[in-house]
Amino acid sequence: MKAKASARPRFSLRYRTRQALQGYGFVALWIVGFVLFTLTPLVETFRYSLNKVIVSATGIEQTFIAWQNYTHALFTDPTFVELLIEYAVETVVSVPIILIFSMIIALFLNLKLPFRGLFRTVFFLPVVITSGPVIRELVSQGATSVPQVASSPVVLSFLEQLPRVLRGPVEYLLTSFILILWFSGVQILIYLASLQKIDRSIYEAAAIDGASAWEAFWKITLPSLSTANVVVAIYTVITLSHFSENKIVRYIYAQTYDIKGGIGYASAMSFLYFATLALILLLIYVVLRPRGGRTG
Amino acid sequence: MTILSLKLPTLLTLKARLEQAAAFLYRHRDRVRGFLLGTRSHYGLIFTVVVYALLVAIGFVYLYPLLFMLVTSLKSPTDLLNPMVQWVPTELYFGNYVRAFRVLDYPRTLLNSVIVSTVPSVIQVIACSIVAYGLARYSFPGKRLLFVLILATFIIPPQNTVIPQMLTYRRLGLLGRIWSLVLPALGGQGFRSAIFILIFYQTFLALPKVLEEAARLDGASDLRVFLQIAVPAALPAYIVSIIFSIVWYWNETYLTVIFLEGGIQTLPMQLSKFVQAYQNLYPPGTVNIFDRLNEAIKLAGTFLNILPLLVMYFVLQRWFVESVERTGIAGE
Repeated sequence: MKAKASARPRFSLRYRTRQALQGYGFVALWIVGFVLFTLTPLVETFRYSLNKVIVSATGIEQTFIAWQNYTHALFTDPTFVELLIEYAVETVVSVPIILIFSMIIALFLNLKLPFRGLFRTVFFLPVVITSGPVIRELVSQGATSVPQVASSPVVLSFLEQLPRVLRGPVEYLLTSFILILWFSGVQILIYLASLQKIDRSIYEAAAIDGASAWEAFWKITLPSLSTANVVVAIYTVITLSHFSENKIVRYIYAQTYDIKGGIGYASAMSFLYFATLALILLLIYVVLRPRGGRTG
Repeated sequence: MTILSLKLPTLLTLKARLEQAAAFLYRHRDRVRGFLLGTRSHYGLIFTVVVYALLVAIGFVYLYPLLFMLVTSLKSPTDLLNPMVQWVPTELYFGNYVRAFRVLDYPRTLLNSVIVSTVPSVIQVIACSIVAYGLARYSFPGKRLLFVLILATFIIPPQNTVIPQMLTYRRLGLLGRIWSLVLPALGGQGFRSAIFILIFYQTFLALPKVLEEAARLDGASDLRVFLQIAVPAALPAYIVSIIFSIVWYWNETYLTVIFLEGGIQTLPMQLSKFVQAYQNLYPPGTVNIFDRLNEAIKLAGTFLNILPLLVMYFVLQRWFVESVERTGIAGE
């Protein structure tokens, strides 16, 4: 097409315009949807966050109070900041675990072993059934911690030894270990797909040059997964953050209908939450971004 | 004990046999090592055993909550109180299911859930595929920006957009009706729409352009090329996307509670109000001890809640598990 364009510039201009118009025709639906259902509500929520909002039967009353909702959330409300930190820590702890776990499972399932289809079915099952109310029931019955580990006296006394900063994350790990693993279903599939895209002949060439399987993993497999790492990490963070049983999501939801809080306050907290989420994503991108000359 | 009772000659023969075997193994030591540790052509025995052991162990931990739920939901009230009964109930007791079935108002909420998850899914997938086709096949100014915005819709937490939407729907009288889920889906802003747009984008990019160009030369309009050539060729992506979309809409409770509460009651919504609904049906104080709400009944309700999804999963497993390879969700 490029060659044609340089040969007949006038045609190419018309062709290009036509292309662009047709293209806009296809994406127009999305643009309208984006403006109506994402952009407008987002701006509106931001306006709420700068106001004290009272919803009555007749309509919505707003009084402009500038950044007071934000300062209140950050400096006066002890629960919010605590939950925000807890959320950030839990997410940052969960992501590497999910990444490593799903990568290991994907490596196993990528082997040509009998019954691997069965294991795939098992490891993907949670994706299908994980919903807020189901998880809430399972957690409240204590079905999501590793059996007999979280409540054993050895572990409890070990926990008491830990400094306070470490104790929260470790406790979270022990009580919701299965839950963390349950969020690995899609990630395993993403890794599997990337593993299957690696050219077999690279491994053969490496083996002929005398590389062991161990070396092949570090020098071939792992670098090939760098794009998948970013995709998996972002997917994981978003899934964890949007999950309806997330404590901070529940807190914001509760505040929306609270008389003291209200819509304005909930909106301000939503934006602070969004900012934290964006920071975590940025951090993960900086750590995991594919490096070097290789492009995926 | 048995060794002591053996006679001396037998022991001697045993020793000779062992020596013979050791010599045999020594002579064929390369093959033995290959058998245990693996060769270029196949995995070794030790390796295989370790991998299977790990997979089975992790698989068990993985399924533990489900097994726990299933076993507990089949326990009668007496079994629940009996500390001796852990994993095997003394009898198969379906009373919990009978109650949970009534509390969940199962036939009605199940039908609602099916409708609420199927209709927006199908619409969402169609809308996403149209947008993705535009992105994959045409070049136009602002395409990069569009990709950034699509990614942004994936990242923005629902809390940041849900309240004005809810107020608007309330004004328009759409709250509690399926329209409040269908309309965003139609505009490509449904639940996790960005993922589906990316799936279709990859799918359409991977399709050969030649057929479409041939049709265009024969005078087919762009819309017709899309409908008659691209859509049929991308059918697997449609099936996978609709299945995933149905599952995600089914399990989504944050938006459905806000948009549908007071109107359509879905199965997960009813489950989250289980205690309250139970006490409406079986008021505490008036019922005997065997009718009191216990964890077995709650877990029976939870199991009834995921049962339709489990059935769907096992029927359509191939589509779920092979989906990522088929659609190239991993991206490049």
